[in-house]
Amino acid sequence: MQTLEPTKLDHLRQLEAESIHIMREVVAEFKNPVMLYSVGKDSSVMVHLARKAFFPAPLPFPFMHIDTGYKFPEMYEFRDQFCASIGARLIVHRNETAIADNMNPFKYGTDKCCGALKTGALLSGIAKYGFDAAFGGARREEEKSRAKERVYSVRDEFGQWDPKNQRPELWNLYNSQINEGESIRVFPLSNWTEIDIWEYIKLENIPIVPIYYAVERDVVIRNGIIIPVSNEQEYLKPKEGEQVLKMKCRFRSLGCMPCTGAVPSEVTDLDGIIQEAKLARKSERENRVIDLGSDSSMEQKKKEGYF
Amino acid sequence: MVVVSADKKTDIDILRFTTVGSVDDGKSTLIGRMLYDSKGVFEDQLAAVAKTSSKKGFNGIDFSLLTDGLAAEREQGITIDVAYRYFSTPKRKFIIADTPGHEQYTRNMVTGASTAHLTIILLDARKGILDQSRRHALISSLLGIPNFIVAVNKMDLVDYSKEVFEKIVSDFKDLVSKLNFNLEQVKFIPISALNGHNVVYKYPCDQDGNSDEQMTWYQGPTILDVLETVDVQRSITHKPFRLPVQYVIRVDNGQYKDFRAFAGQVASGIVAVGDELVSLPSGARSRVKTISSFDGDQDLASAGQSIALQLEDEIDTSRGDMLVKPGQEPELKKEFKANICWMSEQSFELNKKYLLKHTSNKVKAIGTAIDFRLDINSYEKHSASSLKLNDIAQVSFKVLKPLALDHYSENHITGSFILIDEISNNTVAAGMVI
Ligand SMILES: Nc1nc2c(ncn2[C@@H]2O[C@H](COP(=O)(O)OP(=O)(O)O)[C@@H](O)[C@H]2O)c(=O)[nH]1
Repeated sequence: MQTLEPTKLDHLRQLEAESIHIMREVVAEFKNPVMLYSVGKDSSVMVHLARKAFFPAPLPFPFMHIDTGYKFPEMYEFRDQFCASIGARLIVHRNETAIADNMNPFKYGTDKCCGALKTGALLSGIAKYGFDAAFGGARREEEKSRAKERVYSVRDEFGQWDPKNQRPELWNLYNSQINEGESIRVFPLSNWTEIDIWEYIKLENIPIVPIYYAVERDVVIRNGIIIPVSNEQEYLKPKEGEQVLKMKCRFRSLGCMPCTGAVPSEVTDLDGIIQEAKLARKSERENRVIDLGSDSSMEQKKKEGYF
Repeated sequence: MVVVSADKKTDIDILRFTTVGSVDDGKSTLIGRMLYDSKGVFEDQLAAVAKTSSKKGFNGIDFSLLTDGLAAEREQGITIDVAYRYFSTPKRKFIIADTPGHEQYTRNMVTGASTAHLTIILLDARKGILDQSRRHALISSLLGIPNFIVAVNKMDLVDYSKEVFEKIVSDFKDLVSKLNFNLEQVKFIPISALNGHNVVYKYPCDQDGNSDEQMTWYQGPTILDVLETVDVQRSITHKPFRLPVQYVIRVDNGQYKDFRAFAGQVASGIVAVGDELVSLPSGARSRVKTISSFDGDQDLASAGQSIALQLEDEIDTSRGDMLVKPGQEPELKKEFKANICWMSEQSFELNKKYLLKHTSNKVKAIGTAIDFRLDINSYEKHSASSLKLNDIAQVSFKVLKPLALDHYSENHITGSFILIDEISNNTVAAGMVI
């Protein structure tokens, strides 16, 4: 008989195994799970892990994209192509009332806009389809209040998070017991860092939206953040007195166009992105207008039901 | 965030550790220092913190603000929950479970310790061993954490004195002689978290770049040296094979006819195609036909991997069952004893039904006797008829259907469980089978 050596798992394989374990637990213990698919790099990794977890079966849950209408055109294009190519069931859910009322961050501010178009839409989407578990691609490393989030995060009927009343989470034993009307958010990527995500994308050859790579864009500098502008949409036009510059830049994390800043970069491949992430002296959320509100703004949003 | 060429195959693995200490021993400062010196913290996070520091009247950076995540904590200036931090060096990726030291939060410490490979027990050089240190040592030993660093902090406030350090080391050794601590697993390190001595650097540099040589009498490793080199393999792959079945993957289409695979994360040991397996509790046997995956079939799988196995025969196995090798079966038990840490405001009652989750199994359980409650300060055993929040006790349990149990000391995954209250749905206890 041949002697077989145990496989030593490196950090990416350890993280992969943990995420797959979490996804299988959820699918086994909940009736109606959904994957919150936001089109970004973390979602790409999360979907890839889900395909591994249930291979060769089709994904045992649909995706839901909470669409604000303000996403980059490249994101919509990528989303539709990618979901079709892997045969995923995609639900696109929007807060149509708020969109019809022209909700926007310029007039109402980012807090109200996110509240309506993201948190509001997320909660109504979960309620509409009766989902009892929703996978999200958030990572603890991203932000201070996320650092305290459990893998299974129980939400009340209003989708709210009570940080002081979290269940202890021990070993790899997750408590799936919830009451009627409650749901959980599940974060299978809790222990991944931005660098892990990029290294894994490279290792596994995972498709991502092309705007993570640098191209020359028309931008303005608004409150110290590099915001791309164009004349195609009213809200993308530069404001009075703003000077339009041509700059080679890319996005480190993707959100809504008016609120996502770019970083100057020459990088056009994954090795370059990984190198930049390793050298970065600023967190990946530096370019999100929404997080800069105050030191506790993410925590406040999460309490209200944001993922 | 040190630069490693991106295309180099990594052989970096993960070390999970916790830090425990009494309030003000300098835990937040130590973590802040580690993140800062290993470049695990970003400028914008630092800027937000520097702003708050100056509001609170600090000169320079209060590192502890980096780690206190929730608004309530920042307002009250205490840490109330487990927070996870990440940093890496070219040798390892680190996950810190940062847990508070107050007595009322023993449950958080147990939570953080449950997945840790190593614990840093922090002591204040001026105070030495406190009641809380006794508690931390006990909990760490109960949770079977294999490695320890005892960091004697604030050495700058005792003139970096060797005598002070050695006195604390010997006091600590006395203390743990009552516990089953293997002192070979313990490293004692004198540090100044504030100034940085023996944390990441042996001799940190001051603002002008001059290295600050203190404690030349200490010849041992820095904290980071230990973190980077401690062995975490815990020989888990050399233990008997255990695969708790989480989920059955079924497909029947053109490509996969009647495909049925048992999915789970290997808790210990290894398994290869052709191996004979026993399904517990039924005892049904079959052989491994394939270890299938998205990336193609594998010949072998090891502890830690999430896998899916197809067996040669149609045996009746489902979620909650465990696949093991014949001759290495764990005992099937309906009655057993365990150490538990009670984590709920509502007390633990004998003969009350709880839901017990063990691997992928959920069963009804009752406590039939509290063998003793352990005083976590004196380490004495007391009799008890119920348990309160943060009590630690040995309890006899009875479950409705047999569980495939290992001793916790042998296997942390197949020897651990949680109790869930059926009314509140809360996780109310952590259990370790003895
Ligand atoms: N002199 C000195 N002060 C320290 C040291 N480490 C921490 N401190 C101070 O001790 C106080 C409590 O530290 P903190 O990290 O908040 O303690 P925690 O409650 O254990 O997290 C703060 O004022 C720190 O600046 C040290 O090595 N030397």
